[in-house]
Amino acid sequence: MSANRVRVVVTGLGATTPVGGDVTSSWTALLAGQSGVETLTTDWIDAVPVKFAGTAAVDPAEVLPRPEARRLDRSEQFALVAAREAWQDAGAPEVAPERLGVVVSSGIGGISTTLSAYDTWREKGWNRLSPFTVPMLMPNGPAAWIGLDLKAQAGVHATVSACASGAEAIGHAMDMIRVGRADVVVAGGTEAAIHGLNMAAFAAARAMSTRNDDPAAASRPWDRARDGFVLGEGAGIVVLESEEYAKARGARIYAYCAGVGYSADAHHITQPEPEGRGIIMAMTQSLTDAGITGLDIKHVNAHATSTPAGDVGEVQAVAKAVGTHPLVTSTKSMTGHLLGGAGGIESVFTIKALQERIVPATINLDDLDDGIDVDLVHGKNRTLPDGDIAAINNSFGFGGHNVSVVFKGA
Amino acid sequence: MAATEQEILAGLGKIINEITGIPASEVTPEKSFVDDLDIDSLSMVEIAVAAQDEFGVEIPDDQLKNLKTVKDVLTFIQG
Repeated sequence: MSANRVRVVVTGLGATTPVGGDVTSSWTALLAGQSGVETLTTDWIDAVPVKFAGTAAVDPAEVLPRPEARRLDRSEQFALVAAREAWQDAGAPEVAPERLGVVVSSGIGGISTTLSAYDTWREKGWNRLSPFTVPMLMPNGPAAWIGLDLKAQAGVHATVSACASGAEAIGHAMDMIRVGRADVVVAGGTEAAIHGLNMAAFAAARAMSTRNDDPAAASRPWDRARDGFVLGEGAGIVVLESEEYAKARGARIYAYCAGVGYSADAHHITQPEPEGRGIIMAMTQSLTDAGITGLDIKHVNAHATSTPAGDVGEVQAVAKAVGTHPLVTSTKSMTGHLLGGAGGIESVFTIKALQERIVPATINLDDLDDGIDVDLVHGKNRTLPDGDIAAINNSFGFGGHNVSVVFKGA
Repeated sequence: MAATEQEILAGLGKIINEITGIPASEVTPEKSFVDDLDIDSLSMVEIAVAAQDEFGVEIPDDQLKNLKTVKDVLTFIQG
């Protein structure tokens, strides 16, 4: 890292999640150990083996004006709600449009629109489709709508890497600012994938928990009885700025977005690489990029999705790349797994942990699995030390994508 | 059993409110979609799709572009 490199700061946060309709309510719920996972009562539930999910606490269609909501896929609705919260939280910077960018991703895109539009086409004909069907189903739709809303012209992008998409978006946004393409970038991830087809397909991959008799206990990272991930939905968005721009306008600074590391496993399309080499590589690169060492990292918001294969391997990689000292948690134990939205909301939670110097406990971790040496936060929330602190948000995706983002306390 | 003009107007007002947010009370026969109600061409397609479902009348694209006012639509639907 060069000494005179552009530094990137976080000035705004927005989120709509299974545990709350905004950042404050979501964060409060996490600190209270509340699960957002509940039994589903949809008309397709009999056709899937998994009967529960982390449905958004607040329906975005109830928040947005009706004429706007009906032109948006649910993933776009979440993204717009969270982006507007983040933008207001940042003080709605009066940045020139050609210096404002957007990088917002989804893992799957407007899948519910795709499926319902298919039904409309087959049952009623092509001329009954909404003229907005294409912008509703395209995966760059969430980024595009936010760009339109904020009049962003410096570049509007959607990086797609399954469940690493949201974190990858934040990494690319940081890079846009560092190379001088923008002063301010709105970044994060969104997902609205609670649909029978997705639930059936993930179940076919034997990736989901089937703890139907106790949904709130189903997402249990690192617990010996974990049996798969729990699907969640929502969006998490951050506003990033160059430090120079933020300070010139007197913005409140939450944290530094200090570094990012990317890698690919090149091992298997869905299975994690057993030695965790790709994860170690991403985390190590993120430290180098941030110009810090593992000892500086005091907290890790882990990817840990509650799958038998992934959870332990990740923290073993944390131990090797960073050390056993950071306070590690999985907020997915409460929100479920938001796929492309995960890196968005979990970056927000990582930044809140740095700001308030508290790490929410992983819930449902009753019987710790073997082979874990890191300091997992469970049972009760833990405080972070005084002084300079930094944290990593990990996100990994089907395809073998690994992304680690480093945030440093302001 | 054809709907009365008042019934069609009320239904159309509801559709236009749903799609554009314009109050249904502003949807009156003399209003022009473009000049008075500020409705763009894609919104007109949305309105036509909804009207087809509501009133069971097909509105072909070459007809749609001739429907300039609320009155034009009322007349078209009444056939």
